Amino acid sequence: MSKLDSKIPGGPIKDKWTTYKDKINLVNPANKRHIDVIVVGTGLAGGSASATLAELGYNVKAFCYQDSPRRAHSIAAQGGINAAKNYQGDGDSNYRLFYDTVKGGDYRSREANVHRLAEVSGNIIDQCVAQGVPFAREYGGLLDNRSFGGVLVSRTFYAKGQTGQQLLLGAYSAMNRQIARGKIEMFNRHEMLDVVIVDGKARGIIARNLVTGEIERHSAHAVVIASGGYGNVYFLSTNAMGSNVTAAWKAHKRGAFFANPCYTQIHPTCIPRSGDYQSKLTLMSESLRNDGRIWVPKKKEDVEAIRSGKLKPTDLKEEDRDYYLERRYPAFGNLVPRDVASRAAKERCDAGFGVNKTGEAVYLDFQSAIERYGAEQAKIQNIENASHAKIVELGEKVVEAKYGNLFQMYEKIVDENPYKTPMMIYPATHYTMGGVWVDYNLMTTIPGCYAIGEANFSDHGANRLGASALMQGLADGYFVLPYTIGHYLADDIRTGKISTDSPEFEEAEKNVTDRINQLVNNNGTKSVDYFHKRLGKVMWDKVGMSRNETGLKEAIEEIRSIRDEFWKDVRVPGAADGMNTELEKAGRVADFLELGELFAKDALNRNESCGGHFREESVELDGEQKGEAKRDDVNYAYVAAWEYTGDPKDAVLHKEQLEFNDIELKQRSYK
Amino acid sequence: MSTGKGMTSVGRKVLMALSGFFLLIFLLQHSAINFLSVISPDMFNEVSHFMGTNPVVQFALQPVLAFGVFFHLIMGIVLEMQNRNARPIKYVDNRPGANASWMSRNMIITGIMVMLFLAIHFYDFWLPELNVKFIKGDMTGLNTEGQYRYYEELRHKFVDPIRVVLYVLSFVFLSLHLLHGFQSAFQSVGFNHNKYTPTIKKLGNIYAILIPFVFIFIAVYHFITKTA
Amino acid sequence: MNLTLKIWRQKDSNDTGKMVSYNVTDISDHMSFLEMLDVLNEQLVNSGDAPVAFDHDCREGICGMCSLQINGEAHGPDRGVTTCQLHMRMFKDGDTITIEPFRAKAFPVIKDLVVDRSAFDRIQQAGGYISVNTSGNTQDANSIPIPKADADEAMDAATCIGCGACVATCKNASAMLFVGAKVSQYALLPQGRVEAKERVMNMVNQMDKEGFGNCTNTGACEVECPKGISLTTIARMNREYLSASVTKD
Repeated sequence: MSKLDSKIPGGPIKDKWTTYKDKINLVNPANKRHIDVIVVGTGLAGGSASATLAELGYNVKAFCYQDSPRRAHSIAAQGGINAAKNYQGDGDSNYRLFYDTVKGGDYRSREANVHRLAEVSGNIIDQCVAQGVPFAREYGGLLDNRSFGGVLVSRTFYAKGQTGQQLLLGAYSAMNRQIARGKIEMFNRHEMLDVVIVDGKARGIIARNLVTGEIERHSAHAVVIASGGYGNVYFLSTNAMGSNVTAAWKAHKRGAFFANPCYTQIHPTCIPRSGDYQSKLTLMSESLRNDGRIWVPKKKEDVEAIRSGKLKPTDLKEEDRDYYLERRYPAFGNLVPRDVASRAAKERCDAGFGVNKTGEAVYLDFQSAIERYGAEQAKIQNIENASHAKIVELGEKVVEAKYGNLFQMYEKIVDENPYKTPMMIYPATHYTMGGVWVDYNLMTTIPGCYAIGEANFSDHGANRLGASALMQGLADGYFVLPYTIGHYLADDIRTGKISTDSPEFEEAEKNVTDRINQLVNNNGTKSVDYFHKRLGKVMWDKVGMSRNETGLKEAIEEIRSIRDEFWKDVRVPGAADGMNTELEKAGRVADFLELGELFAKDALNRNESCGGHFREESVELDGEQKGEAKRDDVNYAYVAAWEYTGDPKDAVLHKEQLEFNDIELKQRSYK
Repeated sequence: MSTGKGMTSVGRKVLMALSGFFLLIFLLQHSAINFLSVISPDMFNEVSHFMGTNPVVQFALQPVLAFGVFFHLIMGIVLEMQNRNARPIKYVDNRPGANASWMSRNMIITGIMVMLFLAIHFYDFWLPELNVKFIKGDMTGLNTEGQYRYYEELRHKFVDPIRVVLYVLSFVFLSLHLLHGFQSAFQSVGFNHNKYTPTIKKLGNIYAILIPFVFIFIAVYHFITKTA
Repeated sequence: MNLTLKIWRQKDSNDTGKMVSYNVTDISDHMSFLEMLDVLNEQLVNSGDAPVAFDHDCREGICGMCSLQINGEAHGPDRGVTTCQLHMRMFKDGDTITIEPFRAKAFPVIKDLVVDRSAFDRIQQAGGYISVNTSGNTQDANSIPIPKADADEAMDAATCIGCGACVATCKNASAMLFVGAKVSQYALLPQGRVEAKERVMNMVNQMDKEGFGNCTNTGACEVECPKGISLTTIARMNREYLSASVTKD
């Protein structure tokens, strides 16, 4: 247990970061030129870190599996980015953002980290505006905000429904500037396949060139893992097809503890599944819940009529609709946090009220928003006695201006016009709060190996609030890691270039090559996707939105047997020397098959319900909160950090006890 | 336009547009003068004589015009060659009509057709003019009967029906060229504005149809009235 | 529905490549185009053949990784979508679909339908940024008000996903829509004005170096652009370039 030292600085919470920064070691600019840093992944965290480290003077080598750093999956984030600017004057502050994030995370995050995140959040917005990120503005020319789930203020900055894209392009542009200066060496279409440890420190990686198939050795004085989350363990998720756990998992196998793998965010507003061929799920931004009302019919016969196409949802009378979120959570209504909204949707669908053929969909309805905005517009435009049609027309324009691209995306996929008929939505895997364990410096348990952004176990506890992922990724990359890494690298100014000819690199490369050869020469009979889909089904059914002991034990066994079968029977056509997309997938799925087991093991260990992790055994049995998730602070107020010892089943649990000095532990109530 | 290492793609298109603008103005004036031949032979003769003998027109404007035409042609061919080179392997299935008009895609064809016409035109008008004025040294503009010869010469050219058909066809190509070229020139110099561009496009269409139509009308008019 | 697919197969960048025909059956209307290709690849893998390599990642139309010239059009016959958002309901039973890589000298084929679009990265590296360091000490985000209309227009230009459809579809393989979009985004914002002249000159120079063709204003790029980037961005770039080349030392 002593292995975990979170290195949280002393002092009052609001001064910790400032005092800490004042005291840490710095590397002088002349010495930075002699220090190399590898960054794996170029999303918001990796991209911003690469750019900033290069600006500071380090030699950065950045790696991404895509054909350009601009395509990392941060790009798909739609809704926005939180920052405690209090531009709206609605009572926001660093403390409130800190408080909301800890509460939203169901009191399973580290206070000091979260407070630091809140402190730097404002700087992110300043920085991005200076970089030319075109955030939405009001008519006065100042920045606009909107509101997201789980909070009572408007602190979300956005750029249409493409905030992630714009922020990533901002980080990418900062990278480009450094690539042009030669301070970042960019390796596109490269995948990290192992981390190399020399004398107990992370000193490089083994990467595969995805175009030529070459296995390459890259050395550095520190390695930063910024490879995102592992939601694709479910096969179907809102993650990109290529999103994977490989980099994080390889670091785990080399000694980095993996924390809270069971904390997964199932996002409530995704487009429902339509068939077995489906390759991924599409998110509809949470921002839609600002204006959309979620409902299912009250009566089973109406459900039947809707499913069979006899009844149109728009024809169902107001009193026959069950706005279940508004009913259950009057204070937050449709803006409850994601985990709560997702479980509520599942509850209704499990009870038989799902509105599509698969029974796994609820309505997200914009009718009342359209009418409300339309009436407002009619008033602004001085149209007296506006007809209902006119009001709807005006309202649709407002809704289009706010969410036009999302509505268009929905229509393209589902082939229904969401202005005229309510959207159908259902929860889907979206984000993973768990990840590589890091201390206050964002360093993993391997010295010199850092993890930032979604790849680390993060500041979101057991549940992440909307628009906080972008904030955390950029905070880590722009404002936290560049300081903390210097503290470590200050000891490396005399080390000199790290050689790639050491036995450690030799061993790691052989390890990678052997595994690739094994996959290519396996000559099995089943495709990679066959195994991935099976894994995904087990994960979704037994380690999904709702978990219980029996299911989890079964899941562990099933995942193990799928993994055994995979290695016996997977077929990877083609060779290893050249572009081979099946080989890439095979390597990633092999790692998911190991992670999946640890995931279930962690879920089994955590016999409480908290945030995205819901154990059927742990619910409130009576009182106002009856049926809601029940947290167990006495036994589980810790971070579960798992040490790899050769097999996921033998992973050793280390506990980092969470201390709450500034926030009182309370039942999370959104009623 | 250039940055020390030769001209850039944007520089080339701007110059293409500027020479295009120049030719647009030239066409306007040419068609207006020619149209006089329908209204009043005398006025046509007067203006023709002025244009043909005024030193500013002859020694300043005419060489500029010749250069403009030549430049527009050469640049057009250079651009086309570069553009073809930018896609060495063509698509097996290509449906360019799905997203762009025929005119916009075939400026080189319509342009070359117009140039071929110009060759005939030079042969018909320009070379004889040069011969009379600068080789024979006859700057009077008078025929043997002591009257201006311009109107008569013009009439004479539109007697042959084959020539008239060629002439008409050439102006159809010019029209196609202008239908894209007019508004394209504005876009190339950076003039694209939500408020004005629709008007420019309309103006362009009117220009592209009206000007060639005037030329065609003149030719057909003189052809039909030849026996009268 | 059942379909015949004619697909460009090319082993690597040195191979000459050729079109190969495949049949797929039982394709659902609701599938995306890439899911249809997944079905084909599953078929190929199960019969021991090499699957067709194609670029894709987010599958929600934002990463810009997917490409494909489908039946002679970049991202296929639908408008305002990338290939991953193209749905099979756009096709009918018995159709023959031709699938080729994006073609341009500046986009060499790596394998099958995968092309190298790093030329776009290099154009961005030539000036597609604002030179501010990450200090956290820049001025407050609200210190310079930006007219909403300008901010919105900058955003419209900034939505470019860098997929290369404009190049693929242009008869001249010109990259002006891509470059115009980036130049416009920064030209419209006060933060970007500071380096506007150098930026446009450098980006245009790099674009030319990469071997893209010239713009002849056919407007095909605007029609095929999945994000609806407007030709006005090219006009703005021309304008910016013109004024920079006239006024810059």
